[in-house]
Amino acid sequence: MEAKIGTRNIKSMIFKGIIVFFAFLITLPLIVILLYIIKQGITQVNWHFLTNVPAPPGEKGGGIVNALTGSFIMVLMASIVAVPVGILAGIYLSENPRTKLAYYSGLCVDILQGVPSIVVGIVVYFWVVKPLGGFSAIAGSIALAIMMLPIIIRSTEQTLKLLPDSLKEAALSLGVPYHRVILKVIVPCGFAGILSGITLSIARIIGETAPLLFTALGNNFFSLKITGQMESLPHVIFTYATSPYDDWHDLAWGASFILLMFVLTLNIVTKLLTRKWKIQL
Amino acid sequence: MENTIVKAENYNSYFGDNHVVKDVNISINKNEVIAVMGPSGCGKTTFLRGINRMHELIPGATSKGKILLDGENVYDMNAIYVRAKIGMVFQRPNPFPNLSIYENVIAGYLLNGIKVSKADKDVIVERSLTSAALWKEVKDSLHKKGTFLSGGQQQRLCIARAIAMQPELILFDEPTSALDPISTSSVEALFHELKANYTLIIVTHNMQQAARVSDRTAFFYMGELVEFDDTKQMFTNPADQRTQNYITGRFS
Repeated sequence: MEAKIGTRNIKSMIFKGIIVFFAFLITLPLIVILLYIIKQGITQVNWHFLTNVPAPPGEKGGGIVNALTGSFIMVLMASIVAVPVGILAGIYLSENPRTKLAYYSGLCVDILQGVPSIVVGIVVYFWVVKPLGGFSAIAGSIALAIMMLPIIIRSTEQTLKLLPDSLKEAALSLGVPYHRVILKVIVPCGFAGILSGITLSIARIIGETAPLLFTALGNNFFSLKITGQMESLPHVIFTYATSPYDDWHDLAWGASFILLMFVLTLNIVTKLLTRKWKIQL
Repeated sequence: MENTIVKAENYNSYFGDNHVVKDVNISINKNEVIAVMGPSGCGKTTFLRGINRMHELIPGATSKGKILLDGENVYDMNAIYVRAKIGMVFQRPNPFPNLSIYENVIAGYLLNGIKVSKADKDVIVERSLTSAALWKEVKDSLHKKGTFLSGGQQQRLCIARAIAMQPELILFDEPTSALDPISTSSVEALFHELKANYTLIIVTHNMQQAARVSDRTAFFYMGELVEFDDTKQMFTNPADQRTQNYITGRFS
């Protein structure tokens, strides 16, 4: 028996060593990607880069201001649509988990999450771009909103499901009507979780290229017109990186760096905010 | 009797096909402390939740018969109005975690969107917390979150929240079962003081507690109201054999 305990301890130590190793291993891809993009991209980033439109082939310089504003506008419009719809649908799913509607719409949310982004792009192309007669930022935003929805719905649902029923009972027993219970008690108590779902969904779609290829397309010039073509960060990376010119490749690295920094910051800010606003139950 | 505040007439509750409260008839007077006791699953909590129409919030839950509050059937009234008129305190303290102590006390007004002036709010908060024997302990930290308080303080905060709405009747659903003995005695001491202004119905599975705090006790068994009598009478000389068995610990 005593000898056995010795080998058991060794087995446990080996097992522990293995899981520590893999926990460490999964941090490597991110660190390598980060270092590589910082190395390649940081030299490109300067004021000129951030405030100018792309230069024509052969000319020096050029920047990504049109992509920055384009991405900002399209993500903003997508959020305006997806955030309220997603939160309301999430509330329904968490409040009525046993209904048929909740089952089927939950299923749809899961499937929607799995739909390849390029398919979303193609569908929006046939639904919006073709009927409207041209590529537009609106079409791009719709595609992005569809990508955002499942993340917001599921995170809202999961957050609200974790709140104890006693909270709702407390409010109901005071004679508070149902809609006020949800809006004044349940949603505020789950605010941190809902917010992190929103920011994560933004971090997720800001880098999406495929849904924009068939919708907003891209634009070499500065444009704020939402009914026209619009440039975006991932798209500018795509065009620069696939171009035959070396200095355009450098710009692609610069844009990648900006995009990566944005996603990274968004994730860190989300973590900090949710910690700050987390409600102690 | 005009002194009656709550009267149940042939009241029945169901969860789906499960008949959990059977033909209860009971009449409760103003400013009485009533203990409702019985073994687990006897329908005592379900009966309590029928009084302020919280029972029907559970999917599949239904009820039959009448519960008269000041002579008016609560099942003919708007449920939201009934719940606002009757205070309720739950098994686990459940202050709103997103609100401060101050806001928790006036939550009934805040959440219902009832406009109250700052001066009136201050009065309501101080009066309610004083009645709940919590004012001295929290008067310097009114704007801290209510969830920082101890369990017993949280439960008294929940009592203050119920009192703030100026109900005539307050329902307690095993209010001390999640509390330690010291917090329990602080809440029990409060029942005696609240009696002057309110009618209290307290569900408990703790017989000693029923004996300590109540004027009259109702004993529920298998969904029936077996016996309802003066507390002293019931604990010394119960009329029904089942009550006798329960009190002497032959089943629990």
